[in-house]
Amino acid sequence: MSAGMVIIGAGLAGLTAAETLRAEGYEGPITMIGDEAYGPYHRPPLSKGYLLGETQEAQLIMRAPELIAKKNISMKVGARVTAIDRAAKRVTLTDGSTLDYAGLLLCTGSRLRPLPLPGADTLKGIFGLRSLDDSKAIAAALETANNVVVIGGGFIGLEVAAAARKKGKTVTVLEAADRLMARVVAPLISSFYYDLHTGNGAEVVLGAMVSELVGKDGHIAAVKTKDGREFAADLLIVGIGILPNAEIAQAAGIECNGGIVVDACSRTSDPAVTAAGDCTARRLADGSFRRLESVQNAVEQAKSAAFALLGKEREFNAAPWFWSDQYDIKLQMVGLTAGFEQVVTRGDPATKKFSAFYFKAGKLIAIDSLNQPAEHMSGRKFFDKGVSPTPEQAADTAFALNTLLA
Amino acid sequence: MPNVTYIEPNGNQREIDVPAGWSVMQSAMSNGVEGIEAECGGSCACATCHCYIEGDLAAAVPAAAENELAMLDNVVAERKANSRLCCQIKMTPELAGLVVRFPDAQS
Repeated sequence: MSAGMVIIGAGLAGLTAAETLRAEGYEGPITMIGDEAYGPYHRPPLSKGYLLGETQEAQLIMRAPELIAKKNISMKVGARVTAIDRAAKRVTLTDGSTLDYAGLLLCTGSRLRPLPLPGADTLKGIFGLRSLDDSKAIAAALETANNVVVIGGGFIGLEVAAAARKKGKTVTVLEAADRLMARVVAPLISSFYYDLHTGNGAEVVLGAMVSELVGKDGHIAAVKTKDGREFAADLLIVGIGILPNAEIAQAAGIECNGGIVVDACSRTSDPAVTAAGDCTARRLADGSFRRLESVQNAVEQAKSAAFALLGKEREFNAAPWFWSDQYDIKLQMVGLTAGFEQVVTRGDPATKKFSAFYFKAGKLIAIDSLNQPAEHMSGRKFFDKGVSPTPEQAADTAFALNTLLA
Repeated sequence: MPNVTYIEPNGNQREIDVPAGWSVMQSAMSNGVEGIEAECGGSCACATCHCYIEGDLAAAVPAAAENELAMLDNVVAERKANSRLCCQIKMTPELAGLVVRFPDAQS
């Protein structure tokens, strides 16, 4: 068999790339290699509907296995690549078998950032959330837990906190920064979410520096903070971010810089190797690097990677977008808020339907929309077309933003 | 199991069983129906599972919620009176025989 396309990683990016290769007419062998027990599945519900039992496991599966087989895509699950030999264009798997490639896609994803405290990896009742197995374990633990402590007030931590509250648990969120989701949103959005979570009965502790995990009979019992407070916990969720899985690329001599370095077309420093999704660090025009952890990034980089493997250029330059569902609020974000100088609100936060528009040097750089999907979608078009409302126009609900797009 | 007829952009018709409780989008994606992207996986966050509900059962489909209506303002293909985002349509026995048509473009 001639060498074909090898895709390391069987998540959203891997599947998207495989299907794009077929859609673009590639007829050679495609092999996807995933280290989980499952083929590609949807991760977003893992911290939301799946935890609550509203979404069933079968609904998470992206494609029926027969469909993947019909597209002549070979799927190896429960398998891991241990090394890439770039000179021979060959990957080696844990079982010692090898696979030659004409083109290689790395979509190795990410892993949980570990909590650097004694007991974090030995005490029972401590979970992070990234995989379906993680979510299954948390769902099972939620059945018997009473006191749930969440370390990390970012998207994952807050979504799990909301799910735990919906199940009637006592919930405490410990966030090291002085506000929630501080890396991503403006203070006014942080404080809206503080009110949302505390209003739904969770305790939210800001500036909480976790210093000790207290175990009892091998199980987590409490979490201590540096200021001497102690929070009872029979279930501890750690949501302090993820680390890109770039090691096998690095070991193979592919350029890495806080992730596998790619250009706008998902090409790495090796012409035969592309990368997509959480594992990547995108080199920007100004020489800086950007990591994005999102569905959009996985899909768009994967499509570009498939094109690149076929010798075609497809740049991914659309504005980043994300979403987070917490309680009855859908937060949709477009653009990146870093370095914003001015933020104006459109609509009244008291109605739970409003948007925050972020400006830098008078130009729109991001929009956070809460239960305002139309404004989010308009916002994406602003970035696509390079159009910016003025802060005054953005704040004026009587001004129809779509008129700027006509 | 209730079935749905999906009409792909090229006119090809595919009849697929959709388990009760699943969305009309999920079975289309799981079975590789052409003409749908459903990029966000069913969160009503992307407007790329736009479809037209056809035939007599259209009236039996529960009306769209406010957020779906707002997202429908932003579909790429023509929005019609029978436009829906099929991730928001949950399958029930009453909807057996539903016919949905996918437009030429989703993004």
